[in-house]
Amino acid sequence: MQKSKVIIELQNVCKYYKMGENILKAVDGVSLQIREGEFVAIMGPSGSGKSTMMNLIGSLDVPTKGKILLENQDISTLTESDLAQIRGKKIGFIFQSFNLINNLTAKENVSLPMIFQGYSDEEREFRTAKLLALVTLKDRMDHLPTELSGGQQQRVAIARALSNSPEVILADEPTGNLDTKTGETVMDFLKDLNKKGKTIVMVTHDPNLAKHFAKIVYWLKDGKVEKVTKHD
Amino acid sequence: MIKDFFSLAFKNLKSRGIRSYLTLLGIAIGVMAVVSLISLGNGLQMAVAAQFGVSANQLITVQAGGLTGYGPPGSAVVDPLTKEDADALARLSSVENTVTRNIRSAQVEYNDRIQFRYVGSMPNEKNDLDLVYTSLDVETVSGKKLKPGDMGKVMLGYNFYGKPEEWDGKQITAGKSILINNKKFEVVGIFEKKGSLILDNVVFMPEDDMRHLLEMDDIADLIVVEPKDKDQIDKTKEDIEKLLRNRRNVKEGEENFEVSTPEASLATINSVLNGVQIFIIIVASISIFIGSLGIVNTMTTSVLERKRDIGITKSVGAKNEHIFLQFFIESSLLGLVGGLAGALLGITIGVLGIYGINNALGTQLKPHIDFLLIFFALLGSFIIGGVAGIIPAMKAAKQNPVEALRG
Repeated sequence: MQKSKVIIELQNVCKYYKMGENILKAVDGVSLQIREGEFVAIMGPSGSGKSTMMNLIGSLDVPTKGKILLENQDISTLTESDLAQIRGKKIGFIFQSFNLINNLTAKENVSLPMIFQGYSDEEREFRTAKLLALVTLKDRMDHLPTELSGGQQQRVAIARALSNSPEVILADEPTGNLDTKTGETVMDFLKDLNKKGKTIVMVTHDPNLAKHFAKIVYWLKDGKVEKVTKHD
Repeated sequence: MIKDFFSLAFKNLKSRGIRSYLTLLGIAIGVMAVVSLISLGNGLQMAVAAQFGVSANQLITVQAGGLTGYGPPGSAVVDPLTKEDADALARLSSVENTVTRNIRSAQVEYNDRIQFRYVGSMPNEKNDLDLVYTSLDVETVSGKKLKPGDMGKVMLGYNFYGKPEEWDGKQITAGKSILINNKKFEVVGIFEKKGSLILDNVVFMPEDDMRHLLEMDDIADLIVVEPKDKDQIDKTKEDIEKLLRNRRNVKEGEENFEVSTPEASLATINSVLNGVQIFIIIVASISIFIGSLGIVNTMTTSVLERKRDIGITKSVGAKNEHIFLQFFIESSLLGLVGGLAGALLGITIGVLGIYGINNALGTQLKPHIDFLLIFFALLGSFIIGGVAGIIPAMKAAKQNPVEALRG
């Protein structure tokens, strides 16, 4: 089988934080490749550096050392504005605590990322309706996040993550704040998206979730990749 | 995209608490002060002018001794004007007519109460009387006006009728009799309220009665001059001054009399009003400055409160300048809300003020609503809001997305 192209590549990436006298090595020399269409999980106990790695891959943060290539473009040297553009275009975030903006309705939350990419009003309207239909929340589109259940909020977040048709979906503990059953629904959406060709990188501390859904699991410990397991 | 930032800013304004709107009081009060001042417009001038008894008629008044003495005009003058002076003035080519007036204080008794009031003379000739009525612009609320040849009769200011408490609760109306310096006079009429301390408390008495009662011979406390050509009022004034200098044997610059035109009286009032306006504008500026500090404060708080929202917005692709714009526009709109509240309050005060002045003076003034001024006041508030929001908006824009997402 021909391998798909590499979409994300980390080359000896380090992220150090200065904590007074000490230096905290949150990510310490990680190298890996993520290919288009893969479902990758980053596993590890808390403090292992998974969230930092997620921020680096999502171009929310820049590494202290090393290179991060997103579709062969080195993002570790970009300006804040360029990073914002890349985030908006190529990456969709799903967070553990949903992170919807509370005074915006479901519809407005989903269309927010499109504002920064300069979509026209009609286009935004059309795409938002389609995305909310995809996560089966079309009838809830004028509700505020506080009027939605956790599972519904996370589905709005998924729709928002998809709004600019990103290459990669980054999910940080997407089921962490949900009960098992709603968590499964959310995971099913992610699985579906992956089947349709989206690259998904999921950070989790739940080994079952990782084994069940991800094809490749990177196990992190103390900022280093400890082992890599593959499932089919 | 800017349109979207405006609609986002509107949503944020809507979800803001009362606290952020309280910080707008400064701007609102500043704008209110300016707008109400302008809306009152010449109403304020009219109100003050009425208090000083200045009428808008094109008449010249001549007094002896200048305006520096205390008491009613003429009462403390060494070399008073006379009826002869008035006749001489009437013969000037630029003068149409002259009327002498006397104003003195006298003791008024009614219902066993004694009060001291100004007494003003009314001329005997019909033409002269008409001129005085025109210049005073009065109508009666009770009874009728004095007629030529009405001896032993008086006409009273509104307060004799409207403030019975000054006479032990007994109202004075037409037909009643009062004692002036112990002589009995019949009241023929009460004239309407003028809003002036002098006119509302005055007793008008036929000239001959007054000369007799107060032993005045042919002294004229005031000579009212009607110019022939109302556009040549300054020239008429010069003629009067020249003639009186000759008659009274004084040099130019050493006059012991004063010729005043309505313009000059209004100029004095206007200079007082200008002072008031400058004061109000200073207060308004201070208030607006403090108001803008309030906006800086509420916007800074809001940046801290919405740190997580900033992080989220950045994570979905907002650049620093997008975040800046969003907060900047919100702050500008906040200023605009303050300005809008101020403008509405200012117009309300202006309208109520004019209504009050009309009620007090019986005038028919209209509030002066200057839409251009209101537009600039609103634009100004919008800009002040924006300027106040610059530093908070920069703070918001500079948030590190990772830290901001932690909230």
